[in-house]
Amino acid sequence: MTDKSMTPEDVVGRLRSGMTLGIGGWGSRRKPMALVRALLRSEITDLTVVSYGGPDVGLLAAAGRIRRLVAPFATLDSIPLEPHFRAAREAGAFELTELDEAMFMWGLHAAANRLPFLPVRAGLGSDVMRVNPELRTVTSPYADGEELVAVPALRMDAALVHLNRADRLGNAQYLGPDPYFDDLFCEAADAAYVSCEQLVESAELAKAGPPQSLLVSRHCVTGVVECPNGAHFTSCVPDYGRDEAFQKLYASTPWAEFAARFLRGASEQDYQRAVRAWHEEQS
Amino acid sequence: MSSGRSESAAAPVSRAEYCVVACAEAWRDNGEVLASPMGLIPSFGARLAKRTFSPDLLLTDGEAMLVGLDGSAEGWLPYRRHLTMVTGGRRHVMMGASQIDRFGNQNISCVGDWERPSRQLLGVRGAPVNTLNNPVSYWVPRHSLRVFVERVDMVSGVGYDRAEAAGVTRFHRLPRVVSDLGVFDFTGPGHSMRLVSRHPGVAVEQVRAATGFELAGADGEVPYTREPTARELALIREVIDPEGLREREVRG
Repeated sequence: MTDKSMTPEDVVGRLRSGMTLGIGGWGSRRKPMALVRALLRSEITDLTVVSYGGPDVGLLAAAGRIRRLVAPFATLDSIPLEPHFRAAREAGAFELTELDEAMFMWGLHAAANRLPFLPVRAGLGSDVMRVNPELRTVTSPYADGEELVAVPALRMDAALVHLNRADRLGNAQYLGPDPYFDDLFCEAADAAYVSCEQLVESAELAKAGPPQSLLVSRHCVTGVVECPNGAHFTSCVPDYGRDEAFQKLYASTPWAEFAARFLRGASEQDYQRAVRAWHEEQS
Repeated sequence: MSSGRSESAAAPVSRAEYCVVACAEAWRDNGEVLASPMGLIPSFGARLAKRTFSPDLLLTDGEAMLVGLDGSAEGWLPYRRHLTMVTGGRRHVMMGASQIDRFGNQNISCVGDWERPSRQLLGVRGAPVNTLNNPVSYWVPRHSLRVFVERVDMVSGVGYDRAEAAGVTRFHRLPRVVSDLGVFDFTGPGHSMRLVSRHPGVAVEQVRAATGFELAGADGEVPYTREPTARELALIREVIDPEGLREREVRG
């Protein structure tokens, strides 16, 4: 059996500038932030990012790594508007493929099922069609004859996701209330990298949660990284909730200042140390 | 009953409380569907409806669980299943609107030119799929010329004119708009916005002046939004929002 365990640097070493990169989680929830931070420490840029956007999008946008964003939104949840996503959009810093949430999900399904598209009843009548002139429609061949949008497959070169537990083979488990779409991201990508709070023996997975919690299967995983607190500052329940105080700091600090204090270190450990130091100052 | 309780019941009805009741009314006679309120006052409205005239409504905890009024889980609704609730039609969402026009086109995406917006907002989110599949109402806490516009900058939620032009009217329905000034629907000429009622204390002229297009029904007599019942007031003040958070969203 293949041991797929690796470091964040190993993961980034397999990525290239210009790639289409899917990022799991949702908004400011269970984002693979440690892997995003590893990306920020690299020279990789010119990315097409596919994401239900949160601070992953904000960080990569602020660092100028995004050429095109494919997303239905970007939000920090408790802070509705992602400030760096906003700033980048208002500066015209990247191209945008703005899709509806359901269109996005069916685009992932299409890619995971190796279909060119899937039909959805969403988009028509809205300006999603205007701002994405490449979108086409299909007409039902049955009696209803309904016209629907043919959402193209959102195929990706690589996917990054973060889950609560995983084994070295790539089987991964979520323990919170929502799987989000992490399994689809892994299935829709040519390579998928899973970071986790804790790397455990395979036999431990079934003890930690019910069978339905085994979300990601090893056949579509390329690498596994143990990153405790690796979703910080997004939520990763039940291991931890969102670090609201730190998220607020992120949202209200000028980018250069934030990056200099928290992102200039040589490793994820440096980041985690800087965060701990900041929290100690606050208390 | 304590004296505090009777004092509270005797206080005059606030604008925010009329808004809670007006939002609750959106879900009257909806039956066994998911009430999806976005924002504080719509959330209080949905809970008021469930506690009174629409007991079969389903509610979520704002995350992935369907919950009863006591907060205990009765079902599972992660995002992927929530989207099925939308397309299956058994849902009535009340969304916000950064802009809304005469025919109910709504924008939450960005202000200005989409290519390079002057103000980037949320993005379209689920507004396109919502408006084509299940009833969509809107809540606007500050009724103004900035929100009620002649043309929205980016059609996120689809209005009646656009739905008709695109031939997607099959499940399209916008039951009502509630603002801090009044209640509106789309039963004006050609499915245009109509003033249904104004909240007590609001003049029709005030509504017209804060609306950037011609509003049907704003010429003749316009009724007032209905009074909450004593039970509804007690529920709002003592059970649903005892901390009075509603008064921060809408003043007056």
